[in-house]
Amino acid sequence: MLTKEQIAQRIAKEVKNGYYVNLGIGIPTLVANFVRDDIEVEFQSENGILGMGPFPVDGEEDPDLINAGKQTITALPGASFFDSATSFGMIRGQHVDLTILGAMEVAQNGDIANWKIPGKMVKGMGGAMDLVASAENIIVAMMHTNRAGESKLLKQCSLPLTGVNCVKKIVTNLAVLEIKEGAFVLLERAPGVSVDDIRNATQGDLIVNGSIPEIEL
Amino acid sequence: MINKTVANVTEACQGIKDGMTFMLGGFGLSGIPENAIAELVRQNVKNVTCISNNAGVDDFGLGLLLQKHQIKKMISSYVGENAEFERQMLSGELEVELIPQGTLAQRCQAAQAGIPAFYTPAGYGTEVAEGKESREFNGKMHILESAFNADFAFVKAWKGDEAGNLIFKGTARNFNPNMCGAAKITVAEVEELVPAGTLDPNQVHIPGIFVQRIFKGEAYEKRIEQRTVRKK
Repeated sequence: MLTKEQIAQRIAKEVKNGYYVNLGIGIPTLVANFVRDDIEVEFQSENGILGMGPFPVDGEEDPDLINAGKQTITALPGASFFDSATSFGMIRGQHVDLTILGAMEVAQNGDIANWKIPGKMVKGMGGAMDLVASAENIIVAMMHTNRAGESKLLKQCSLPLTGVNCVKKIVTNLAVLEIKEGAFVLLERAPGVSVDDIRNATQGDLIVNGSIPEIEL
Repeated sequence: MINKTVANVTEACQGIKDGMTFMLGGFGLSGIPENAIAELVRQNVKNVTCISNNAGVDDFGLGLLLQKHQIKKMISSYVGENAEFERQMLSGELEVELIPQGTLAQRCQAAQAGIPAFYTPAGYGTEVAEGKESREFNGKMHILESAFNADFAFVKAWKGDEAGNLIFKGTARNFNPNMCGAAKITVAEVEELVPAGTLDPNQVHIPGIFVQRIFKGEAYEKRIEQRTVRKK
C-alpha cells in the first residue's frame, strides 16, 4: 500500500517537461516535492500566480503573497501575478496542462464529487468546478476507500457532483487506474497489493488486462 | 485629469444604504478592503448582500460584518474559515449562494465590460446548473451565467493616483481588478496615494475610468490566515 507521500511521488511521474500544473489542496500539494529536478515545470495557483515557489523561510512571509490554500508562499524567477478572471481564463481556456486534485468519490464514467456532503457544513466548491469542467488532463489523488472502508471508485457517485465525465486517471493507495469506455482500467498495483485486493475495494466495474505491474516510485 | 480622490473612508462610502449589494475584493484575507469594511461596520448598514470570494474569519474581514448581523446574503465560492458564518448559515439567518470561483470572477468581469451573460462549462451537470440554460458549443456542454448587478464595489490596491489609476501587488490582486467598474460606484482604497503623473502609465493595472472614488487607507493590518514557513 502507498502512503500519501508515495501517492504524490507516483503522480509526480505524470508531470512532464514544460507543463503548467495546478495542484489542489491535500495530497496534490505534496506532488511539487517530488517533481524531477531536470525538468522545467510551473505551478499555477488559481488565486493569481504562475511560478509558485516553496514556502518562505521564517521572517520572510508576505501577506500579499499566498496560494489558494491561503498559505504564505514565494515566487520563483519568471513568476507572474494576475487577477482572478485571468487566472480562470488560463484554466477554462485549457492553457494549464495538468490538474491534480483530491476527491470524495469518482464514478466509472469520469464523474467526480469532492465538494459537498449533504447534512454537513458546506464550505463551497472554490475553483474545483471550473478546474474539472475545463482541464483536459485531470488526475485524482485519493485513498481507494473512505474511513468506513467503503469504495470511493463507484459505478455512480452518490454525493453531489463537482463535474461530469472529466476524470481520466486516478492514483490511490492501492492502484493506478485509467477511466476508459465507462470503466476503471487497472494499470498498476501498489507493492504488496493483489489484483483481488483492488477488485474488492472497487465498487465500479474494473477491467484487468493481462498481468498488472507493480507501481515503481 | 479628473480627480477621484476623497478625503477619507467616510466620504468614500457616502450613499451606502440598507439592503444594497456590495462587491468586496480579496482572496481569504489577502487584498481585502480593510478600511471600507471597518466603515461599513461603523455605519451599521443592514441587510446587505455581499459578493466576495470568501467571508473572512470570525474577527476579521467580512467576519466583522457577520458579527453584527449586517449581512443578509453572501455570494461566494468558499466560506470555510468562519464559525459565526457557519452558525448563521445553519440557523437560516444568513442566505448563502455558493458559485464556482471562475464563474464568480467572470460575473464581475462581465459586469465591468457590459456583457449581460456568458456561457461557461463550470458546473454543467451539477446542482449549480439547476434552472439555468445550457447549450452545446464545440461538442461540449455549457451553462448560461449572468453578470452581477451591484451598487458598490469596494477594492483594495497597492498604489493609486488622483486619477483613480491602480496598481496591485502580488496575489493581493485577485478579484480586485475584476470588481472595478463592475458596480454603480467603485471605491478604491490604496496603501500609497500619489499625484497624477507619478505612476508610469505602462504599469497601470486598472485605468481610473473604472474607479469613482479613491482614498488612502489609514492603516493596514494585513493579517495572514495560514502562516506557513520552511526551515532555512
